[in-house]
Amino acid sequence: MSDSIRFFDEHHLIHELKHYLPAQAPLKDFIHHNSLHAFQKETFFEALKDASDTFGYRTYLNIKEYRQKYQSGRINPAVTERVIIENQGIEEKDIWLDRLLNKEYNENVEPKIGVLRSYWKTHFNIDLESFIQPKLFRIIGSYLDQGISIWDFPTSGKGFLASIRNLEKNSYSSFFDSKKAKELLEDESTGISLLLNMLVGDPTLFEQYIFDQQFAHQGWSGMVSTVEDFPQTLLIPKKISLKDFIIFELLLEIDTLEIRLNGKWKPLNEGVKVRPKPLFEKREITELDTVLSLWQKAFEWSFYDQVLAGIQLEKVKMPKIESKAFQAVFCIDDRECSIRRYIERFEPNAETYGTPGFFGVEFYFQPQGGKFYTKVCPAPMTPKYLIKEVGVRTKLETDITFSKKNQNFFSGWFVTQTIGFWTAFKLLINIFKPSMSPATASSLKHMDKNSTLIIENKNPEHKENDLQLGFNLEEMAFRVENVLRSIGLVKDFAPIVYMVGHGASSVNNPHYAAYDCGACSGRAGSVNARVFSNMANNTMVRSILKEKGIEIPADTQFVGAIRDTTRDEIVFFDVETLFKANQELHIKNEMTFAKTLDYNAKERSRRFDSINSKLSPAKIHEQILVRSVSLFEPRPELNHATNAMCIVGRRALSKGIFLDRRSFLNSYDYSIDPEGKYLLNILNAAAPVCGGINLEYYFSRVDNQKLGAGTKLPHNIMGLIGVANGIDGDLRPGLPSQMIEVHDPVRLLMVVEHFPELVADVIRRNPATFEWFANEWVVLVAVHPETRETFHFHNLEFHPYKTVNNDLPHVSNIDKLVESHEENFPVFLLDKI
Amino acid sequence: MNFTLNSILHFFVFIPLVGFLVSLLVKDGKEKTLSHVATATIGIQMLFGIPFVMYWLFSNHPNLNLKDITIYENEEYQFFIDFYFDKITAAYFLVGSTLSFMVVVYSRYYLHREQGYKRFFNTILFFYFGYTITVFSGNFETLFIGWEILGISSFLLIAFYRDRFLPVKNAIKVFSIYRIGDIGLLLAMWMSHYLWMENISFYKMNNYVLVSFHLEHHSWVGIFISIMILIAAAAKSAQLPFSSWLPRAMEGPTPSSAIFYGSLSVHMGVFLLLRTYTFWEHQFVVRVLIALLGFSTMIIASGISRVQSSIKSQIAYASIAQIGIIFIEVACGFELLALYHFAGNAFLRTYQLLVSPSVVSYLIREQFYNYSPHLKSLEDRFFFFFLRNTLYILCLKEWNLDAFMYETIWNPIKRLARKLTFLNEKNVYYFFVPTYMVALYLLYNKDLLHYKLKAYLPVTFAMIGFMMVMKSFAERKSIIYTWLLIVMSHFWIALAIGMNADFDYNQLYIYLSGIVVSGALGYGILKRVKFKEPEIDLSQFHGHVYEYPAKALLFLIACLGLTGFPITPTFIGEDLLYTHIHEDQFVLAFFVSMCFVVDGLSIIRVFARVFMGPHIKTYHEVAYKSS
Repeated sequence: MSDSIRFFDEHHLIHELKHYLPAQAPLKDFIHHNSLHAFQKETFFEALKDASDTFGYRTYLNIKEYRQKYQSGRINPAVTERVIIENQGIEEKDIWLDRLLNKEYNENVEPKIGVLRSYWKTHFNIDLESFIQPKLFRIIGSYLDQGISIWDFPTSGKGFLASIRNLEKNSYSSFFDSKKAKELLEDESTGISLLLNMLVGDPTLFEQYIFDQQFAHQGWSGMVSTVEDFPQTLLIPKKISLKDFIIFELLLEIDTLEIRLNGKWKPLNEGVKVRPKPLFEKREITELDTVLSLWQKAFEWSFYDQVLAGIQLEKVKMPKIESKAFQAVFCIDDRECSIRRYIERFEPNAETYGTPGFFGVEFYFQPQGGKFYTKVCPAPMTPKYLIKEVGVRTKLETDITFSKKNQNFFSGWFVTQTIGFWTAFKLLINIFKPSMSPATASSLKHMDKNSTLIIENKNPEHKENDLQLGFNLEEMAFRVENVLRSIGLVKDFAPIVYMVGHGASSVNNPHYAAYDCGACSGRAGSVNARVFSNMANNTMVRSILKEKGIEIPADTQFVGAIRDTTRDEIVFFDVETLFKANQELHIKNEMTFAKTLDYNAKERSRRFDSINSKLSPAKIHEQILVRSVSLFEPRPELNHATNAMCIVGRRALSKGIFLDRRSFLNSYDYSIDPEGKYLLNILNAAAPVCGGINLEYYFSRVDNQKLGAGTKLPHNIMGLIGVANGIDGDLRPGLPSQMIEVHDPVRLLMVVEHFPELVADVIRRNPATFEWFANEWVVLVAVHPETRETFHFHNLEFHPYKTVNNDLPHVSNIDKLVESHEENFPVFLLDKI
Repeated sequence: MNFTLNSILHFFVFIPLVGFLVSLLVKDGKEKTLSHVATATIGIQMLFGIPFVMYWLFSNHPNLNLKDITIYENEEYQFFIDFYFDKITAAYFLVGSTLSFMVVVYSRYYLHREQGYKRFFNTILFFYFGYTITVFSGNFETLFIGWEILGISSFLLIAFYRDRFLPVKNAIKVFSIYRIGDIGLLLAMWMSHYLWMENISFYKMNNYVLVSFHLEHHSWVGIFISIMILIAAAAKSAQLPFSSWLPRAMEGPTPSSAIFYGSLSVHMGVFLLLRTYTFWEHQFVVRVLIALLGFSTMIIASGISRVQSSIKSQIAYASIAQIGIIFIEVACGFELLALYHFAGNAFLRTYQLLVSPSVVSYLIREQFYNYSPHLKSLEDRFFFFFLRNTLYILCLKEWNLDAFMYETIWNPIKRLARKLTFLNEKNVYYFFVPTYMVALYLLYNKDLLHYKLKAYLPVTFAMIGFMMVMKSFAERKSIIYTWLLIVMSHFWIALAIGMNADFDYNQLYIYLSGIVVSGALGYGILKRVKFKEPEIDLSQFHGHVYEYPAKALLFLIACLGLTGFPITPTFIGEDLLYTHIHEDQFVLAFFVSMCFVVDGLSIIRVFARVFMGPHIKTYHEVAYKSS
């Protein structure tokens, strides 16, 4: 035992393990994050190599795919040459180009994970996983289940192992077959190191063994670890710890060995003479590593270069608007990129902005009748406020086919012979004429349109579970000011300012939360838009703002709205409170929005096989609506697929380029933020949010089997918290293939419009944010606001970047363009908006 | 008038067959064409079928019978295709076609861009073809053709994601259980030859006088046949003790799971019982047995369903419980109720499975508004906590049903086979091949043998054949040797039967013709693959279909031929062989049957190990073993 104490530290193990396990929360809280977050301390390419070595992930496309992109012109030869010269020197240019284009490489990956534990199979001829995993998954799944089972796991409330112990003690049957395992379970002092002593023997191998064991089913282990750290992510609380889970699995291993090998087994170290390679031992960079990283850089810069050239070449003048029709603030989401373009096209007198879709107001939301609170702000924030909904009159719709009673034999007997026939009819209808049903996850269900929200707090004593009910005036003014300044909207207000949150609708989609607003923790942004507008309309708030130098004219009104990204619909809130004059303007604006949404639907439809993009925008829009509620449509929308960049700057920077819905757009005016105070806030949010989205898409695309969820078609719902294949499979974190298949795996290009010296200073103010740029998980480029020269942040400093492209193709008719084909477009210069 | 209705029965089989063949010709990647072919096939079938059923209803719904082609004939034996139509056929046809049609339309977009789009529609049409043959079959032989097609297309649909571990593993598992059902059917056919002295048609079986006349002096034969039918039905309809295959079959794309394992495939056992009802309705013991089986399944499966935390397994077990009730209804003779119940259950489960991904947003939402922490379940109210815990654990462990088949049948066979060390490669080639030659000589010169010896030889030869199959089933290393063992075992079986009776040995050639051709084809392919990938053995999956898709397909055809699938004369030969096993030769019948069971498993195992599962080369994305 003393040995094991010296070489094995349980806390260290658990800590390390948690660091590397997938961090995806249960489905309802699905939030995009970097799949390789554990490697973020290393530079991007170093991490790709190490993660692949240790865990066997594929972290690049295949060389064949890069070569195809080179042949088809997607990877620019001139850029490729430049990348080679910059990284390998001009002397070796031809050698490396030949390697990239022609040399054969062995691209097999041989992970270090799993080697130690595979000795059970090679030396003792026993396939532990086949025996243990189905049982283990079933038990942990039932324990964590959030409402699928009818007869729940009898928990003691004191944790996983305690519940198992309690269950075993009070029953005639057992999960274990051997006496030894049962006795070990009963003894509460049984710990990880004791069990490992029996199984592995050599304390220096303990950590590696547990890594092997847990990464043989990283889905469930990751879920256990996440639930342990964020218990509030489950509606029905379940106490669980990774340690309990590991002990239970070790016990199952002992049980299986006892039974299958008739007690004739020894610790692994007695059968094994060759020590496996340590998991995290680094190796030298090979030629293949270099070839892959060069290809990846060439692929990325082929796109980046077009964007940066576009920013320098675009000639569209910002119109001088005399009388503004309206201003609209959207989420930075890449799906709003095209919407803003169409609004500006159909209403030249309108201005659009982008900011994270929680609109700077962070709180928990409780809909009327809701038994729980829902967090509606970026995941890392912990709000202190609660907003309640009251005055709802509609009732929750139900659907009998989901009722658990169907599964009992007597009610089932009745239901099959009655409802059974009705479902055949329902299915027929849904196949030939799909429509909204209680099964649909809709952005509008988040909050009732006609409800009232309690937003203002008049007494700080009004609290519920330590959360303050609503915001007081100071708190409101502070938040409104922050948002307005960060997007540069501090004067020249239009009569109506729309705050447009977004959400998504889909049916048959377990990943529905991933389609909603990431800045609202995977919920629709409707409540936030409404709360913000309400605050900004408050006269008391406005007078505080006035003192701070932001004067909002009395006839300017803010209107909250929600846009459905799947259905291309928009709903406005509280329009009845508009002044008469504004009401008339609003009616006109609504028509602009309607037209915008039709055209947006048309642009989106080019990627959809089921819709002919050549039809009229209105016709296409109708089909988009049908598509969003079709049971058989695994791609209700494409979410963030193809995202590749984020622009932090004024609209003028990107107005003249066609970005094909690939860019996050965060409005920012450098001229009112000379010290970079607001820029820091923007980057603090944009780097992890946009970077997280981008990298999850990246890794799910390059290794959809190990880092993604594979195809969603066979998915089975486990305990309402995750998806798995079949009934015995491990949970599959990451994105299903249907979400990433059209995605180009490139890192996020973050373009910031400010002086490079200042940007270099700002990013260093927050170490967590700096890590993203320093280790180049996000590629940072500063655009000089006066000259539009570009500077690339590399090796911890900005270097001037001269684009390879001297000109870009022009496009004058976007409507014709979107009818042409379904693949990604290059960057175009727009002749007009 | 009935004459005309009769004469068009075979069109119902013809249409899906044409559709299936046409779909094979469509190029991979032509999504639109493929889905149109599938929709059109089932659509035309319905356009033709629904008026047919209406007309039939208005003509007082007579039971129709069509004796179609006779494929093989000698003095005492006739193998003919027969079609039949009554209300059971009508119900199964209507429900099956409606569901298949909806699911095919559903899958058109659902499967969009999926690798294997073509394979999916091919397999679905193949399945539908098999379904129609079974449903329209007029005798056991015809039914068995459909039955085999259902089995193999199920295997292919479950292993649709052939590059992952679990689908392949589960496909083999399900196949192994289907195989047991097949043998039940084979033995039932064997015995009924003796009972009726002909290949009885279901139409004739309706004749009460005829049935009771034959059963009068052979009551044990009747019971034997009924029990074999019941085994086949229980296996196919996931009744005890076979239930655990159904949830494990849910590995393919959701629509295919919904229609096949949620509804059509799993109700085929019920169909078999309904179809043979007139045969066993006067055997009281059998009726009690069926009802008891249904009842116990209902209880056990309901319990298991209640503890499931995954949506598909919950639906699967709930469906099994309902089928248990249907078994009771059938046993009680409530034919119409059973048909009605079947239709309702099939529709409901298909729908539930199709909308199962919606369950997350729906239930979370419902819970968000209605959750109450202190809701008690039924069990909390009715059972004392000790008993409750015990039941909970048992249900969660599925009453060990999943391990049951392995521990009682397959593992003992493997253990036994490992003890057969004398059956090594050398001995087989240098001892058993020459021995076979000698035995073959004796076959043609039977008079040289003492009559006592002659009596023991058939069983001995069958045993040698069985040992070879067992050996192949347990072999971990050489794929070629395994393949040869399987082929040889068929020869020993043929020899055994030849020794057993005096008949025209051309019948043996009919049997062996398919074996030789498929055996040689398979041998050639394995040699080629082994040459390119010398590392192959049978201890793990290799996933070589990734690099050798054409070889994999050819090898699959060879495997089918070798298992006696109705693509070679071996299929008829198999039936013929049985006619030469006498009604009292249970030992011989047992060995021959076991040989066929294990042989099918062994063959599919070779196919799976070589071509399916996660690819051993990792230059592309490869899935975890746990998925």
